[in-house]
Amino acid sequence: MHSFGYRANALLTFAVTILALMCAMASFSDNLSHPSPSSSVQVLNVNWFQKQPNGNDEVSLTLNISADLQSLFTWNTKQVFVFLAAEYETPKNSLNQISLWDGIIASKEHAKFWTHTSNKYRFIDQGSNLRGKEFNLTLHWHVMPKTGKMFADKLVMSGYHLPKEYR
Amino acid sequence: MEWIREGVDSIKSIQLRQTLSQAVNLGLILTSALIIWKGLICITGSESPVVVVLSESMEPGFQRGDILFLHMSKDPLRAGEIVVFNVDGRDIPIVHRVIKVHERQDTGEVYILTKGDNNPKDDRVLYAQGQRWVQRYHVMGRAVGHSFGWLHGIGPHAWELTRWHTLARQMVFISPNTTQELAADGHWTCRFLPYVGWMTIIMTEKPIIKYIIIGALGLLVITSKD
Repeated sequence: MHSFGYRANALLTFAVTILALMCAMASFSDNLSHPSPSSSVQVLNVNWFQKQPNGNDEVSLTLNISADLQSLFTWNTKQVFVFLAAEYETPKNSLNQISLWDGIIASKEHAKFWTHTSNKYRFIDQGSNLRGKEFNLTLHWHVMPKTGKMFADKLVMSGYHLPKEYR
Repeated sequence: MEWIREGVDSIKSIQLRQTLSQAVNLGLILTSALIIWKGLICITGSESPVVVVLSESMEPGFQRGDILFLHMSKDPLRAGEIVVFNVDGRDIPIVHRVIKVHERQDTGEVYILTKGDNNPKDDRVLYAQGQRWVQRYHVMGRAVGHSFGWLHGIGPHAWELTRWHTLARQMVFISPNTTQELAADGHWTCRFLPYVGWMTIIMTEKPIIKYIIIGALGLLVITSKD
């Protein structure tokens, strides 16, 4: 009844229960913060714009991305995954989301950043709808906690009008 | 002579009772494990509600041994979400992030492209030959929550936890894919196993340990008098 094994087991069970409870509380505490991130993106240049041999439009852009995501970080934040997506509608597709750039922010110190880049992933349409197309630039972030539920949000920014001709 | 026979009978009945109660105990553990697992499947709508990260392709977000909780809902798939999907022709579930989405106007059918955060390129090389997009029917679930793997590796020999180990056995039993070997380049894929962080990884890589643990637990259940 009061053997060593029995006591060790009771202690361990208690410790694991407390740990699970603490994880649940840490996860719950994420609901209490109200982050207010800010961001701005500029399309500096259309590097080239053409139709692929298979008929899909492809465009290459130079972007200037700046954001302040420091308020997303709490004591339970492991990392923030941030990406910039071009979003638009075409006659065939009700939604097209193309990730143009992404990054992983590991700490609050790096959450205020500024970058000048061409698109990291290829901007290819399903079809040939990009001439004269206006698309929205949206900054999305996914917060990955140390433990608990992941959550995501986004900031829709000013759109951009692609040129009417290939170049 | 009567009293001797009575004595023998009473000993026999005690042993029978003990054996029976042990059998019932074992049955209870097995069925409760099955109920929890099947209940989770019902609630989450995913075939494997709890999975373990086996590769480094989603580091630093998900590390080897981390536990993920999956959920399958009817919500539309969107860029940035982490989804679990099967590739045509091979049964290796992959858990990667969606980077492109094309949703059809008329049918609502969705075409997504995925990529591991830690991989330099997108997943087209992992897809079946000629496959360009992942579609709804490939997707098994999306990751909703996350916890460190070490949490579940603690005290594997504690009696209370034997229930969980039985559960692990149950899960391995239910998902036969789990023992399948990784694709040639483990770095690319993010294969997931149902349950128990590092213990699962160790058990998969060194099956002998799995049999030793299962044997020991079985012995424990049978010999225990509580």
